[in-house]
Amino acid sequence: MNYIDSNLKVVGTRPIRPDGVDKVTGRAVFAADTRVSGMLWGKILRSPHAHARILSIDTSKAEKLHGVHAVVTAKDFPDIANEEAFVGEGPMNFRDLSYNVIARAKALYEGHAVAAVAATTQAIADEALALIDIKYEVLPFVIDVEEAMADNAPILHDDMFTGGVTPKPTKPSNIAKVLTFKKGDAEAGFKDAEVIVEGKYTTKPVHQGYIEPHACLATYAADGQITIHSSSQGHFMVRAYTAKLLGIDIANIRCTPAEIGGGFGGKTLIYLEPVAVALSRKSGKSVKMQMTREEVFRGSGPTSGAAIEIKIGAKKDGTIVAAREVLKFQAGAFAGSPIGPGCMCGFALYDLPNIEVIGYDVVSNRPKVAAYRAPGAPITSFAVESALDELAEKLGMDPLTLREKNAAKNGSKTHYGVTHANIGFEQVLAAVKTHPHWKSAVPAGQARGLACGFWFNIGGESSASVHVNEDGSVSAATGSPDIGGSRASMGMMVAEVLGVPVSRVRTTVADTASIGFTFLTGGSRVTFATGMAVTQAAEKVVDELKKRAAMIWEIPADAVEWKDGMAFPAGSNAGAFEPLDLTAIAAKAGRTGGPINAEVSVNAQGAGAGFGAHICDVSVDRETGHVTIERYTAVQDVGKAIHPSYVEGQIQGGAVQGIGWALNEEYIYNDKGQLENPGFLDYRCPVASDIPMIEAVLVEVPNPRHPFGARGVGEVPIVPPMAAIGNAIRRATGVEMHNLPMSPPKVRAALDAAGK
Amino acid sequence: MPGLTYSAPTSVDDAVKLLAGSSGLAKVLSGGTDLLVQMRSGRLKPELIVDTKKIPGIMEIREEGGGFVIGAATPGAVVEAHAGMNKAWPGVVEALDLIGSTQVQGRCSLAGNLCNASPAADSVPALYAAAATAVIVGSKGRREVPVEQVPTAPGRTSLAKDEFILEFKLPPRPARSGDAYLRFIPRTEMDIAVVGCGISVTIDDKGVCTAARCSLGAVAPTVLLVKEMADALIGHTLDDATLAALDKAAQAACKPINDKRGTIEYRTKIAGVLARRVAKIAFDRASGKTVKAH
Repeated sequence: MNYIDSNLKVVGTRPIRPDGVDKVTGRAVFAADTRVSGMLWGKILRSPHAHARILSIDTSKAEKLHGVHAVVTAKDFPDIANEEAFVGEGPMNFRDLSYNVIARAKALYEGHAVAAVAATTQAIADEALALIDIKYEVLPFVIDVEEAMADNAPILHDDMFTGGVTPKPTKPSNIAKVLTFKKGDAEAGFKDAEVIVEGKYTTKPVHQGYIEPHACLATYAADGQITIHSSSQGHFMVRAYTAKLLGIDIANIRCTPAEIGGGFGGKTLIYLEPVAVALSRKSGKSVKMQMTREEVFRGSGPTSGAAIEIKIGAKKDGTIVAAREVLKFQAGAFAGSPIGPGCMCGFALYDLPNIEVIGYDVVSNRPKVAAYRAPGAPITSFAVESALDELAEKLGMDPLTLREKNAAKNGSKTHYGVTHANIGFEQVLAAVKTHPHWKSAVPAGQARGLACGFWFNIGGESSASVHVNEDGSVSAATGSPDIGGSRASMGMMVAEVLGVPVSRVRTTVADTASIGFTFLTGGSRVTFATGMAVTQAAEKVVDELKKRAAMIWEIPADAVEWKDGMAFPAGSNAGAFEPLDLTAIAAKAGRTGGPINAEVSVNAQGAGAGFGAHICDVSVDRETGHVTIERYTAVQDVGKAIHPSYVEGQIQGGAVQGIGWALNEEYIYNDKGQLENPGFLDYRCPVASDIPMIEAVLVEVPNPRHPFGARGVGEVPIVPPMAAIGNAIRRATGVEMHNLPMSPPKVRAALDAAGK
Repeated sequence: MPGLTYSAPTSVDDAVKLLAGSSGLAKVLSGGTDLLVQMRSGRLKPELIVDTKKIPGIMEIREEGGGFVIGAATPGAVVEAHAGMNKAWPGVVEALDLIGSTQVQGRCSLAGNLCNASPAADSVPALYAAAATAVIVGSKGRREVPVEQVPTAPGRTSLAKDEFILEFKLPPRPARSGDAYLRFIPRTEMDIAVVGCGISVTIDDKGVCTAARCSLGAVAPTVLLVKEMADALIGHTLDDATLAALDKAAQAACKPINDKRGTIEYRTKIAGVLARRVAKIAFDRASGKTVKAH
């Protein structure tokens, strides 16, 4: 059923969040909060070298230390086949994942796990790590993406030959693959252009910066049954990867999701779980592991840094006739950067006749990248949206007008083959145009930047169940870890369909043994796909409730209608009965056929793409180069906001992470390829006082493929900030800002270099 | 595993004896906002911790001889709430107010900030500019030294193993005096100074500087007391030429390093910028204006 034009009572309201009390009182159980009696502490020994051959590992002294129960190295894991998988948010090679979890033969970055111990206390585990004797042959390393692409660069993988080029190369390379996307004829298009802008841009790898470090508790029982408690964006993903990496049947693993303290894409793959299981198998005891913040920075994935070249050509009236982009993405130590979305997202916002995009996926000696909110899109859009602003200025055109003129609409065909349908980009731009922020004069001493962003949003496999309890209250369960308020939105959709107050519905995230397979929480898919499953389950329950009422009344089921949470006779012909509510029907469930519930699994298709536009006012302290964000407005098409407060929170959170990406976040390596700032003191995410109130403006162009019109919202808001801020700084200072982060030393240096 | 002994003596003598008698690494604990973090990270593994907070008077501020005596372990928040200190030494107070967070300020102390001996410590340039002295106690008795004689290198001080700071003395304030402290950080709080600058001045009724002390933080292995900056101010009103001379003197005094918090080039430029900005606030305060630095 479709409720888009219905008179909604619950969806679109702002009930108190169901996980709020536990979180503000500190009672919520995150991954590191779970303990069992007799458990051991697992700790990981990490490579101090950026690139080194592991010649030998002697664990005998560590094993003899009193209190140590197990030591594992790569030898304790099967050397699995080179096999591509799609379990996480991006393609993942199982063998690479295995080698990332524990190094085999070579350590490929400083912080790469090499061995692990389990001991009765954390202190003993630490002492044991120091007793493990590893002989390394230190190898030359490479950190920077363009240096890694150079002919004489140190090669990470002898068996990596660049894919996507013909003829097949004969020499190994750090370039894992080359992607090419073409629409029309870019070269011919540029010949038609009357104005051309060109530029080179760089972005730095940035970490997702979730507050909760990775943690898990694993038990390998004597009969081979395994339980894992951990926080992740997908406990089915944890189960699948752990099974594969250890050669265990999926049925023998049960994963229970803990409350998650942030993921942002960074928890769509695993680091600790297979190691904890291996330690538990060897020791016969439960093993708990938790990373320190330093380990999170040294060992877990940021998103890619990149070098981008861009060229855009337009007619004098602002019609863009050609666009070309070359993207070089750092993948970290193993292939698999978000180069695909990087190639697709930048120009997806515009209806352009001629496009050419070339992308390189490049390995170097740094942690393997992980997904981060709209993986790849913020990087490409930093370049595209900055270049568009320069184009607007060159044309003497308002930057909003330039975008309106070229905006993608329904029917616009992208350079990656998809034709846009049911999109709301024009509506977003219209909302910018009429917003008080855009209409206001730029305050003295400040400048204003505008940038836009796009993300596909995805659907996929989800399972949900809805149970009517004996007293008529309702329990809903899904397989989607709640990282952005899905327990609230799922409960609201169920309440809307059943016609009951949301307070009568309690939603939980079920473990892998208690609900059908559900793809991970990522790609902004849960409200769309799992929302579809839970809505359909609630509809099945309504059908069942109608049947039960019919049985009680002894009339045909199709003579019952469901309205406002009650069964009514469908008309005077059906008979005259008092309506029955959930409580009344549940009370008689035992006599009308037993428990009332439904479980639905879907493979949801038709996730509506998301578009946003951010307006940002900045002031620049020219003497120090310090940039202050004075005012910030984020406009986005959200389809339908199920719980508007959560949607606004998603938009504000994405914008804040983008502001950090823009201004200060970066990894600083020393001359040995070791990370110098593995902590929040010197890896500078924004603090609260750095950020003004971010106004989130919700545009609702319904997605007809979702029962309530929802489209994903969590990823689009991190796409525009870097260019919005860079454009504002350029307009404030007259200096082009092409390199992230736009930190005070860089801004001051740029001003000095320009003599401003 | 080596054990850790914690002791909270109630007299100076007992504290000194404990420190003198320790065979391994002994650390003095005031607020612990540096020490506990360093222990947790594994950087420091002391055998003995001597908590000074139970020594009478060590967490108090008293007025004495027209100046102030601040107990070494007095929390920053207590200093910030002290009306007399706010009036006489707003620069010292605002420097303390920049350390860590509100929670940290409930514990962090001037002695800890000085003895941690970080060149980027926020309260230290302000104390140097204020001509504060430290009263140090130890087995050989009691001595009083200018604060700038305490830190000797990053993480090192001139204190003997059995010595600790008991209190600080801030001198009486002549009429028409003002001080100020600013630091530069890439964010707005919860950060470590890329450059810090403290200036204290006295001016005459025509606005001419008659006395000045200037210091810079995070531009050398220790906080610097820069006589050339003071010389640029003394005998002058704060006009553009004076500001330019001060900027130049500040930049000339810098001996910074390139590290994750800043480059040599950037730190040097910013030292000049901050010196000008701090001098303006200090002069304004000396002329009787109430100025908020940040």
